[in-house]
Parts: sequence; C-alpha cells; structure tokens
Amino acid sequence: MTSVRHAPPSVPRPTFDVEQVRRDFPLLQTTVRGKPLVYLDNAATSQKPRSVIARTEQYYATENANVHRGVYELSERATAAYEDAREKARGFLNAASTREIVFVRGTTEAINLVASSFGRKELQAGDEVLVTAMEHHSNIVPWQLICAERGAVLRVAPMNKRGELLVEDFARLLSSKTKLVATAHVSNSLGTINPIAEIVRLAHAKGAAVLVDGAQAAPHGPVDVRALGVDFYTVSGHKMFGPTGIGLLYGTTERLEALPPYQGGGDMIKTVTFAKTTYAEPPAKFEAGTPNIAGAIGLGAAIDYLRGLDWEAVQAHERDLLTYATERLGALPEVELVGTAAHKASVVSFTVRGVHAHDVGTIVDQEGVAIRTGHHCTQPVMDFFGVPATARASFAFYNTRADVDALVSAVQKVTRVFAG
Amino acid sequence: MTDLSDLYQQLIVDHNRAPRNFKKLAHPTREAEGANPLCGDQIKLEVELAGDRIADIGFQGSGCAISQASASLLTGAVQGKSTADAQELFRQVHAMLTSAPGTPVDTARLGKLAALAGVRQFPVRVKCASLPWHTLRAALESAAEPVSTE
Repeated sequence: MTSVRHAPPSVPRPTFDVEQVRRDFPLLQTTVRGKPLVYLDNAATSQKPRSVIARTEQYYATENANVHRGVYELSERATAAYEDAREKARGFLNAASTREIVFVRGTTEAINLVASSFGRKELQAGDEVLVTAMEHHSNIVPWQLICAERGAVLRVAPMNKRGELLVEDFARLLSSKTKLVATAHVSNSLGTINPIAEIVRLAHAKGAAVLVDGAQAAPHGPVDVRALGVDFYTVSGHKMFGPTGIGLLYGTTERLEALPPYQGGGDMIKTVTFAKTTYAEPPAKFEAGTPNIAGAIGLGAAIDYLRGLDWEAVQAHERDLLTYATERLGALPEVELVGTAAHKASVVSFTVRGVHAHDVGTIVDQEGVAIRTGHHCTQPVMDFFGVPATARASFAFYNTRADVDALVSAVQKVTRVFAG
Repeated sequence: MTDLSDLYQQLIVDHNRAPRNFKKLAHPTREAEGANPLCGDQIKLEVELAGDRIADIGFQGSGCAISQASASLLTGAVQGKSTADAQELFRQVHAMLTSAPGTPVDTARLGKLAALAGVRQFPVRVKCASLPWHTLRAALESAAEPVSTE
C-alpha cells in the first residue's frame, strides 16, 4: 500500500489497502496492447466495482419492471429499489430530504434543466449569470443558450496563472443584476478546488442563486450540500464509479418547488386534461418519462461502495498520488504543468515541449497508459493558458505510485520518439 | 500489434519539426481553413493559381505532428501540379488513409506521401492526416465554410 505521508504518530493509521481495492474493479485486471492497463482517465469516466456491475445485473434478472406505475408486486419491488437509490444519493450529498434529489442523465442534463427552468422563470433582459473562467463547456453553453433567449448577459470571473479563481474579481462581478452563479466545485482540466462556501456566501449576499457542478468533486469523497449552502448541486454517476446515463440534480426544496417543469410527459403530472395539467411535486416534476431505473440502482450500489471506504485514508492516498505525480512529471525538463492551484484534486494536466498532446496520448497508449489528451471540453481554459491542448492524468483512489511511474516512463518515451 | 515507428516515421518527425511551405502567400487566389475538433488541429491553406496550375502553396496552423507533417508533405506534393492532378492525388491519399492496414501502397505514385500510411493502424488519428487534404480540396473548390472533420 502507498504510505500516508505526515500522519501524526498518535493517530491510528487509516485503513486503506489499495491492492485490495483494486481487486474490486475487474477492468483494472485487464491488459491493453499486451501491457497491464494503467488507467489514468478517471476525470473522463471511472471504472466500476464488481458490486455495481452485479447490482445492475441483479435488477434486470430479478426486479425489472416500470416504476411508479404497476400495482403488481414486481413493479413495487422495482419502485422500492429505485427510491432506495434516491435515499442513498440523499445520504451521499447530505440533502435534507429525498424530495431534493432528482435523477437525471448526468451533470450536463442537470445543468440544462436548471438553465432552462430557472432561466425561463427568473431571467429577464439585462439580468446576469456569472460563471468562472475554468468551466467545462457543459457549464457554459446551457447558460449562453438561455441568456440569448432571455436577453440576459453571461459574465465570466477570471482566474490566475495557477488556475485559481480570483475571488475579489468574482465578488466585484456580483451585483443585484446577478441572478445565478454557476461554478465547478473541481475543475476537470486543471484540478482546482474552488472555495464553494465563500462563493455561496458572496453570491447569496447579492441575492443570486448558486449552482455547483460537482461532477469532478463527488469521485473524491462525499459532499455536504447543506454545509456548502448551495442552491443546486450536480453529479454524474459514471464519474463516481457508477453506471453511465445516470446523475443527480440536488436542489433545495424551496428552489425546486419554485421551478417550472423541464420536460413534459408521464410521471411528472398530477392530473392531465386537454384544458389544464397540474404537475407533480419535486422530484417527480422533473422526471418525465420512464427513468434510467437500472442506472439509478447501480448508482446506489456505487454510493454503498464509496460509503464503505475510509475517506480520511482515501484522501490521504489521493493527495500522495497528486504530490508524487506533480513531483515526478514536474522533474522532467520537457514537461510543463498546467494548473498548479494550491488546493487541487488528483488531476495533473501537462504539456510536453514541442509535442502536441495527441501525439503524447498515442505514444503513452502504446505503453498501456490511458490518459486524456485534448481540450477536455474547456476550450476557454486552453486559450487562457495559450495551449491548443494538454495531456491530463486524473487519478482515482484505486491508482498507485506504480501507475505514476508507468506514466512517467511513457512520457520519457515520447521525448525519445520525437528526438528522431 | 501496432507499431509506433510506422506512425512516427523519421520523415513525419522531420516534417513536423521543420514544416515545408509554412508561410503566408502574398497573392493567394484560393484559400480554405480546416479544423479537427478532436485534436484541436487547425490548418489554413493558401493557393496561388496561375491558370489551372498551382504556382505556389503555403500553409499555417498548429496541431499534432501527423496533421502538420501531412500538411507539409501535401504542399511539396502538389506544388506545380494542375488542379485536376491535385484532386487526383487527394483521391489517392484518401484511399490510402482509409484502406485496411497492410494494404499495399503505390509508393511509385505517392512517393513521400506513402509515409502517411502508418496512420492506418491508429484509427483515431486518420483524421489528423486527412485534414490538410480535405482543406486542399475545399480551397480548390473554394468552399466558403471552414472545413471540419466532425
């Protein structure tokens, strides 16, 4: 196991055995191009523990029926499992009630839902939406669309060269015109952890609602939406060791009750006549149509898995991986790190001098190392740093120092290929 | 088993490091831009036609080694050719890039461009090699919209 650094001797050693954890993930046992897979693209999607795969199969094998509809026993069983997953999600985010947890396809859909419903109700011509300079395209484009539709203005809070939000500039951009602040909890391309509680305090002082894109935060530990004080929080199941096509939108009861529906259809109504339709209460109001039942139940299993981990030990392990990867990659003369915030999740973006990120990606892939290369759906971030693309290694708790070593030797091979 | 040395042949590495005809033309008569959103490759091709002949050609842009080397090789290959011959070369290169790995390459006709054949083993990188060629065709046909590989 990778040692936990700087642990005070009086504190009992946290229990986290990375080799044991790795055995829970079938895909980590596979080979790529004849070499053991070194999976370092966790910010794109994470691998799944056996318990998630098994739970999904069990649902289809023994519980499959539509939810909230049938009066028969099987449908009741499916509904119970689906709603049980909602309770697990509530616990993971520490929401006050399951009414505050809406199942969506993922973070992208969650943000589009809020942009559409909040925007149609709250945004008037001249109002403002404030985002940060490090947002993923999915936390930019939905706001551009609704701002254009409503005649509202999208403003951008800047960051510094380390990739840290300039909080004073952010505060200056807030005004009575600001109706909503949308920010990443953790930047997907830089790893920066944003000061959410402070952002919320500043935004609420001006009467603005706050949506936090938590897609990159949830894989690194349980979230406390009430401690953060956010109005909306979004996560993607597949990035937190659950299935694809499922995610969560958290909204406070007050906010969700005030929002108009997003999509119309079955399951989101109270009564329908051709003259007038009344809507169900949240969260059903926002879950039109048959949901991703198996996905929700699989996400519930992923949350069970995560809650079984000793997070103090996991976070110490991830910090160690980040420190070690930063030191080793940073020591290569041809490598430049992009995103060096003081508070970071285990994400390391970098460029190799004279070599385009996609060439880096192709060459390290030959060594069985999977990293993301490109603009990471954050073109404004690439423009800010003056690079067309970066290579990005993003670590999960199942990664090891040996994975970092494999990455570093693969990057050294890049230099050899291009030395000709 | 794929072979990196097929993809990053010495000729490719060399053309990437020192691209030929990386320049802006004084009097272009045709031009086109191409982009590959996956890689962020960007190419601007300028062509100066004298009658039906490519009197001069230059490219600017940035991107991965494959796209830049392909653009560099392209400029050398079509310089002085008629537009019909350049279009024919486009078809041959396109056929080569999209053929199955191991399919014989007509090195007599393609010359140095045969170095691009290694990309066939790396399907996600084929677009990088073909981008400059699609951009050339757009320039010759003076397509008004920027070319995209998506």
